[in-house]
Amino acid sequence: MKHDLIIEAIDVVKHFGDGGNWLSKSPVVQAVDGVSLQVRRGETFAIVGESGCGKSTLARVLMRLLSPTSGSVLFDGKEVSTTTGAALQSLRREMQFIFQDPFSSLNPRMTVGKLVGEPLEVHAPELSAQQRREKVADLLRKVGLRAEYAGRYPHEFSGGQRQRIGIARALASGPRLIIGDEPVSALDVSVQAQVINLLGDLSRDMGLTLVVIAHDLGVIRHMSDRVAVMYLGRIVESGTTEEVYTSPRHPYTKALLASIPTMGGKQGDRKATVLGEMPSPSAPPSGCRFHTRCPYAQAKCKTDAPALQGAGTDDHQVACHFWETIPNEAVIAETPQKTEAVEARFALYRNATDGGPVTHLLNQSTKRN
Amino acid sequence: MQLGDENSADSGTLLALSDLVLRFKGHKNDVLDGVSLTVKRGEVVCVVGESGCGKSVTAMALMDLLPAGSATISSGNLDACGLNLDLTSTCLPSEMRGNRIAMIFQEPMSSLNPSFTIGDQIGEAVLRHKGGTRTQALDRAQEMLQRVGIANPEQRLSEYPHQLSGGMRQRVMIAMALANDPEILIADEPTTALDVTIQAQILDLIRDLRDETGMGTIMITHDLGVVAEIADTVAVMYGGQVVEQGAVGEIFNNPQHPYTIGLMSAMPRLDNPVGRLAIVPGTVPTIANMPQGCRFRTRCVFATQACAERPKLSQIAPEHDVACHYAPLEVNVSVAI
Repeated sequence: MKHDLIIEAIDVVKHFGDGGNWLSKSPVVQAVDGVSLQVRRGETFAIVGESGCGKSTLARVLMRLLSPTSGSVLFDGKEVSTTTGAALQSLRREMQFIFQDPFSSLNPRMTVGKLVGEPLEVHAPELSAQQRREKVADLLRKVGLRAEYAGRYPHEFSGGQRQRIGIARALASGPRLIIGDEPVSALDVSVQAQVINLLGDLSRDMGLTLVVIAHDLGVIRHMSDRVAVMYLGRIVESGTTEEVYTSPRHPYTKALLASIPTMGGKQGDRKATVLGEMPSPSAPPSGCRFHTRCPYAQAKCKTDAPALQGAGTDDHQVACHFWETIPNEAVIAETPQKTEAVEARFALYRNATDGGPVTHLLNQSTKRN
Repeated sequence: MQLGDENSADSGTLLALSDLVLRFKGHKNDVLDGVSLTVKRGEVVCVVGESGCGKSVTAMALMDLLPAGSATISSGNLDACGLNLDLTSTCLPSEMRGNRIAMIFQEPMSSLNPSFTIGDQIGEAVLRHKGGTRTQALDRAQEMLQRVGIANPEQRLSEYPHQLSGGMRQRVMIAMALANDPEILIADEPTTALDVTIQAQILDLIRDLRDETGMGTIMITHDLGVVAEIADTVAVMYGGQVVEQGAVGEIFNNPQHPYTIGLMSAMPRLDNPVGRLAIVPGTVPTIANMPQGCRFRTRCVFATQACAERPKLSQIAPEHDVACHYAPLEVNVSVAI
């Protein structure tokens, strides 16, 4: 099946360090080691994994903030991993980045208007100052901020608002692809939901393609159409979000999903299924990199690295020698059914936040106390 | 000192904090507005809320860990370890801290001293409270490391924090906190900085140790999943007030406060994702801008003038208290669609 791809990574390798010399030992860190992925136009693609799995490095390689050690990245079918100069600048207009930390990613000495307008100065120098101000006001409204905020400084805003400013800034050049590195993980749950909804609306309304890097599997489930799970620099499983979550085939994906404490299920049901910790990317295990922690590992796993292979449906792929013999079972506990009263309470809340007019049936005199 | 003295009504109660009101110097509003908590033997009490809700300040005030002179306490009583302390004038004696009541922190990297070995740091807690020789303290440290599931404990004793991974450092913190067999453990976001697979291991460890020792635990977290996983009782905080509290099953299966309902609706779910997340509108006001009465009312979709008067935390079901004038919502409020 041929899909309309916006960005494609082919066997991307990114190693840091030169291995040192006889005076100093500085091991090569194999941050990304042979990753191929395809992102389709208009979809939201997620890369998920624990710290040190190389997901942020991969995002930076895709973004051309880092150049790969080997392999190539195609944007719109054109090789971009060696682009420089004017071509690189026009590439930047096409793809933008949203950073994790809304506190350190905005210059505290610049007003919001200047921050959001800066990409316009670079990418749309033909605009007059007046036109640029209008465009900035427009962008701020689009991300749910008031246009008057243009004169304020970042410190006057909360984390969620700052993340909105970061999003407005990313949208300024009119990109087709936005890569977000943990765009909501620094935010509190209530604010996080606002930003997730905003990103969903924007990608739908503006036809954007989103690549989201995250470690929070709930957020990924909610936001993305397809997902790739990384472990120690390699993709171990990929497929539609629905497939990967409801029928994970790689032991690591299973363990990851089973580790998440959820509101469903009974206490003590979940037991840590993976023991130990992720080995260092500067000395990854041989063969399948997960074999040191895998409950199903066999002799073959220590020597042969499994390649991604089709796992039945759609484009579900898994990198495991024995995925067919490992029982295929759901690992996420189902949320227990709510009672009617509680269901009604949640519906009331949802309708009220959607703007439904609220009537209080209780009069003052009989109120609880 | 005897545990469970005649003052506490229930002999199973290890710690009772009542009506803590605290204000930071230079502010016109209270950061904590009447916080009460009770911990029983073998119980895990989770305090849940978002940044700025006062959950960590509560723990720090309990332990008297706030910088000297930074805050004034205008009301508050602590009943723990056989002591009855009026927090407005006294604070937890330092011989209790790290001994009968221990604490673990969120960031295991910055809470361990980088220039001392693991053995020295765990041993210090033992020497400080139990006395004895350095060899005895190191033996105890080794025993504790074994207990929290660290492989090769005798080798780890002479290692420095930077040689350990994040999960192991958190295990060391737990070993240190439990070295003197405390009755109460206060854990401030102990798994927030950790990956999920490691978080699962640490939660299992805390649960096992609780079962083994019968210690009472106050766990501060912002993650409702963690709460569901480990709590026996839950206190939901917003803006320095406890807005809802009760048994964990009650809070999750029968949430009553609009804030609790909002938090649960806003959380992206692993199972059956809904199209669009419900939100809690706006952001947490700063302390200076905290409204009078119910502090959630500026963000609450159901709030009225009546909410300017603070709703009392009162019982709505067995083992379940809520502070909202309009609970239960489905009876008292209707929304046109």
